[in-house]
Amino acid sequence: MTLLNKTKDQPEFADNGGALRSPWKMAWKKLRRHKLALAGMWVLILLHIFAIFADFFAPYSELTTDRRRTYHPPTRVHIFHEGKLVRPFVYAYKRVDSLRNIYEEDTSTMYPIYFFVRGDKYNILGVESDLRLFGVEEPGKLYLFGADRYGRDIFSRLAYGGRRSLFIGIIGLIISLSIGLIYGGVSGYFGGWVDNIMMRIAEIIISIPSFYLLLALSAVLPTNIPSDQRFMLIVAILGFINWAGLARVIRGMVLSIAKTEFVAGAEAIGASQPRIIIRHILPNTMSYVIVHATLSIPGFILSESGLSLIGVGIQHPVASWGNMLSEALNLSSLTRYPWLLVPGFFIFITVLSYSFFGDGLRDALDPKSRTT
Amino acid sequence: MYRYIIRRFIYLIPMLLGISSLSFFIMQLAPGDALTQMALSPDVTEEIMEAMRARFWLDQPPHMQYIRWITQLFRGDMGHSFLWHAPVTWVIKQRVFNSLLLTVVSLIVAWALAIPIGIHSAVHQYSWSDKLLTFFAFIGVSIPNWFLGLLLLYLNLTRGWGLPIGGMTSIDFDQFTFWEKVVDLARHMILPTIVLSTGTLASLMRYMRSNLLDVLRQDYVTTARAKGLAERVVIYKHAVRNAINPLITIFGFQLGGILGGASLTEIVMNWPGIGSLMLNAVQGQDYYLVMGNLVIGAVMLILGNLTADILLAASDPRIRYE
Repeated sequence: MTLLNKTKDQPEFADNGGALRSPWKMAWKKLRRHKLALAGMWVLILLHIFAIFADFFAPYSELTTDRRRTYHPPTRVHIFHEGKLVRPFVYAYKRVDSLRNIYEEDTSTMYPIYFFVRGDKYNILGVESDLRLFGVEEPGKLYLFGADRYGRDIFSRLAYGGRRSLFIGIIGLIISLSIGLIYGGVSGYFGGWVDNIMMRIAEIIISIPSFYLLLALSAVLPTNIPSDQRFMLIVAILGFINWAGLARVIRGMVLSIAKTEFVAGAEAIGASQPRIIIRHILPNTMSYVIVHATLSIPGFILSESGLSLIGVGIQHPVASWGNMLSEALNLSSLTRYPWLLVPGFFIFITVLSYSFFGDGLRDALDPKSRTT
Repeated sequence: MYRYIIRRFIYLIPMLLGISSLSFFIMQLAPGDALTQMALSPDVTEEIMEAMRARFWLDQPPHMQYIRWITQLFRGDMGHSFLWHAPVTWVIKQRVFNSLLLTVVSLIVAWALAIPIGIHSAVHQYSWSDKLLTFFAFIGVSIPNWFLGLLLLYLNLTRGWGLPIGGMTSIDFDQFTFWEKVVDLARHMILPTIVLSTGTLASLMRYMRSNLLDVLRQDYVTTARAKGLAERVVIYKHAVRNAINPLITIFGFQLGGILGGASLTEIVMNWPGIGSLMLNAVQGQDYYLVMGNLVIGAVMLILGNLTADILLAASDPRIRYE
């Protein structure tokens, strides 16, 4: 604690001494200078909070349908009523053409937007609640980003869909990281024929075009399982497909680390092999792994959304950003109801933020970039 | 070098065995088989089903089916497609050309634009044009292909660009003269090519930019400038050649993904290529077709990586393979 305070209060001392700054703090300092990386980080944090507390931020539950409001356009939020500034409100909408789903504002009825309202019930971490950030009174409806074919609120489904689309990246990454680290570590440490066989197996996985493999694997999933099980299976498949590339790189790094003196030292004092791999060798690959991890999360997110888009990933009615877009594959829906594309922008923003953040992180953690 | 290439080719055989058995195993996991759909039809009697199963060896245990399939594979026969009622090799051949056409053209477009843009960006580092181009490159790298495709389709339909949506040719294609055919095909290709080349273009441009910046910091570039060479000569004759070198590896990876890489774009843009074929095959449990696709995609990937290694060794004298 005193150490922490010292560096904080006496930066000039820390700069001269240098020894008081841990590598992590130096990395953090470099990262903070990287404006785009910080922006990316904040966008990601906000998106994840939005998804985790979807129940609170979304005005409606994920499955709330309204058959009378098929393809409802985004409701306009007004703040002027008869020339006077009032609390934000929306007008009622009338469907004037039920065949082509054309709606018009009905200015005779208005529904003010209230904050901290009671809405659909939900259960988060065992706490039952119905408190939602904002909403309008029934029969008014608030569709910030419009509605889909079943009159479900796209804004709400974005929040719930983020739970799958965002976390599939993180969970999938954890799976492929743990397999890749252990596999690459063992292969690189033992070397010889063990290494040879293990790498040939990994190469087989790498050699199959990943999208084909994904398609084939997701097609064999049974269709009649609960949605959360399907989600976990998709994550497992994604993790399974992506570990091999990482394992190969880790193996290369381990191969060179295994020849260093401190490993010989650990062997000399009788440390067990698993202990050497896990405690002494793998931590040295950490900065590469962190950068690789950040930059590979978008790949998972894109794979999931691509699969869900063409109908073999996360299945309706449960939302994911990919399967929300699948309605836009129908070109006549796409042209008439362009708000169906909104989830695509969210995926794009997420991927962009990850690459900004990952780039900054690489600059911050890569020892080679310190000189420039 | 030649021994290295030959060894890599020999490696191909166990790799292919591994890949094919893995894909066979995956397809075995699926409930039912290729004929399950057929059995639901009321016209198909039990005897016909039995005969069909016997004909396609579906009544045999899986390992026998695999052995039969793999021996046929070495004779160039990939089995029978149940969806198309035709040999798998024929079905794939129909589509391979379409996929290759799209990916090769996209690759050419991407490279032809990325190199000059990258050079410009590096030479004019931190100028407004560099900042703008780098910004667009970030967007190009991050935008999902299929989303860009949907956006372009939407703009095309609502802004009246008048480009064809989906497919590869117009309905009356057969009656066109040669040049009309070329124009028709080109018009169909515009949108998918833009979609497919954007990501490649953006990432290549960034590589080119950073490579050239690295090279421009080298001592020999300073030497070249110091001995009074024109800046144009310094950049194009000395720097650019060395900066392009590392891109060869990327080229090899792209060669590898030339068949499988465009799948999602093909599906979204309705391009009749291997990707959409694969989706149909997977959905219809047409497993010889799925396996055929997997094997061909894998072979392309391996050959692409091998090409990359060879090209790299050929262009960089520091690299020697034993």
